[in-house]
Amino acid sequence: MATFLFEPGFFSSGPVHVALVIGAVSAVVTGVVGVFTVLRGQSFAGHALTDVATTGGSASFFYGLTPLLGFLGAGVLGAGAMDLVGVQRLRGRDIATGVVLGVATGVAALYLYLDTTKSATTGAAQQVLFGSIFTLDSSTIPVVAVLSVVTLALIASIYRPLLLSSLSADLAAARGISVRAVGLLFMLALAISVGLSSIAIGSILSTALLIGPAATSLRLTRSLRRAFAFAAVIGVAATWLGVLFAYDSYYWFPSSQGLPVSFFIVLLVFLAYVASGLHPIPRALKRARLDGHAAAAQRVR
Amino acid sequence: MFSGFMVNAWEIGTIVAVVGGVVGFFVVLRGAAFPAHAIPNGAFAGAAGANLLGVNPLIGLGVFSLGAALGIGRLTRRGRADAVTALALVMMLALGAAFLSQSTEYEPEIFSLLFGEILGVSRGQIVPVAVLGAVCVLFVGVLYRRLLLTSLAPEIAAAQGLRPELVDTAFLVVIACATTMTVPVVGALLIFTLMIGPPAAARCFTDRAEIAFALSVAFALVTVWVALACSYVSDWPVGFYVSVFSAAWFAAGRGYLAWRRHTSAPSRPWGSSPDV
Repeated sequence: MATFLFEPGFFSSGPVHVALVIGAVSAVVTGVVGVFTVLRGQSFAGHALTDVATTGGSASFFYGLTPLLGFLGAGVLGAGAMDLVGVQRLRGRDIATGVVLGVATGVAALYLYLDTTKSATTGAAQQVLFGSIFTLDSSTIPVVAVLSVVTLALIASIYRPLLLSSLSADLAAARGISVRAVGLLFMLALAISVGLSSIAIGSILSTALLIGPAATSLRLTRSLRRAFAFAAVIGVAATWLGVLFAYDSYYWFPSSQGLPVSFFIVLLVFLAYVASGLHPIPRALKRARLDGHAAAAQRVR
Repeated sequence: MFSGFMVNAWEIGTIVAVVGGVVGFFVVLRGAAFPAHAIPNGAFAGAAGANLLGVNPLIGLGVFSLGAALGIGRLTRRGRADAVTALALVMMLALGAAFLSQSTEYEPEIFSLLFGEILGVSRGQIVPVAVLGAVCVLFVGVLYRRLLLTSLAPEIAAAQGLRPELVDTAFLVVIACATTMTVPVVGALLIFTLMIGPPAAARCFTDRAEIAFALSVAFALVTVWVALACSYVSDWPVGFYVSVFSAAWFAAGRGYLAWRRHTSAPSRPWGSSPDV
């Protein structure tokens, strides 16, 4: 049974250990940030920031800088730009995000083009666009850990105002909270966590782990605390199972051409979301859920 | 600049600009920037899959973009629209990564699917693009009133018996159609930026829907033409110039709006808030 589930060498493989650790840390952090992202309706911004971070990655590739700097720097710059153009306004926010995203991808196109003309080595685009969790170096772990703590600390320090302004901006403003400042700080946390996870696990996975577990957990529970826990658990479970399947998949095909780990993780996250919607939600419960959010807002006051 | 392969580029660029301006007008009006980004980007997986199976990439693109449009439309009824769109996008990208891992396709192909190769368009590619483009514009023409009503006056639309979720899905199909025709030639990036910057700017300059619609197409055309010329001269990717000029239109529009507000009595543009 055990040998059937775990192909030989799974537990003794170094890259697998690193993938399991970094994957779990990223899943927890993005899961927590993701609950707020989904609650605030900023999924597009969250996804756009991964692409913006990718631009930084391709730029740092060109200038020979360490990619982490590019990913994080571009992410933070992008978040600032989105805030400046007006993402904090609910209406037209998507358009502002789209404009920033458009410029970022345009610049990415330029740098990827310059990358290919500068050096004969191909692979820059592929590496930047679909980073693989298996190619990580174990020296990345401390950096990922430190930045994860920073992100969580940032979220914790603005938890109450953030929660209130996410649930009801008017209420928060009436309570004297600067909704704008809280929104900007949240965008900063979002940018760091997204930049971090897109370098650690690739930009596809970053969005998947940010939105998927959070959206699933918000459909499963009314309590926000439980939503954080569910999101983290779903994220970690999907990541670990995905790593396991990807590792095993090298033995599935005669060509020993495995399937990418991002494919399995995203598939699991997606299935979890679809499954969470399968049971019909009675109208009464739906209303109760809305009341629950309102009650949460009350408690925060 | 106006001979040989550049003739094809000018022609196809013009078609794409018209479609981008027309569809983009409603993308901005409906705040549908995320689906407009997700459908072209995700559809690229369809092209990768088609490559793997050895069928025409256009078929793969069509299947994936239509599937995405219908899937997003369907799932949105039971969930948050933006979260659903994000999940649909990553699912398609992950499928694309899986297809790529199984094929021997190499990097330039991926690059051109994402960022386009408008300068490498052949004569044979123009006809299908023109046909699909005409279908798109026709589709928008048929839906024009319904799209406007459900975006600007949902109450009136409901009173007239229009079903907003059906109009939503129909519009997503329009985006899918625009995607299928444009991604292989200009890439996912270029069509997205064309559908955002110029139309968003157009809305800043006028209060009237018809004029904004015309301006949106005009701005998109200028963007593509100037970008093509710049790209020809400098050798840098067209997508870079299109995205930068699109953003410049947007900045100009916002600047104009701020200046108007500063100098004259406050007037609210039609429809939703001008704070795009």
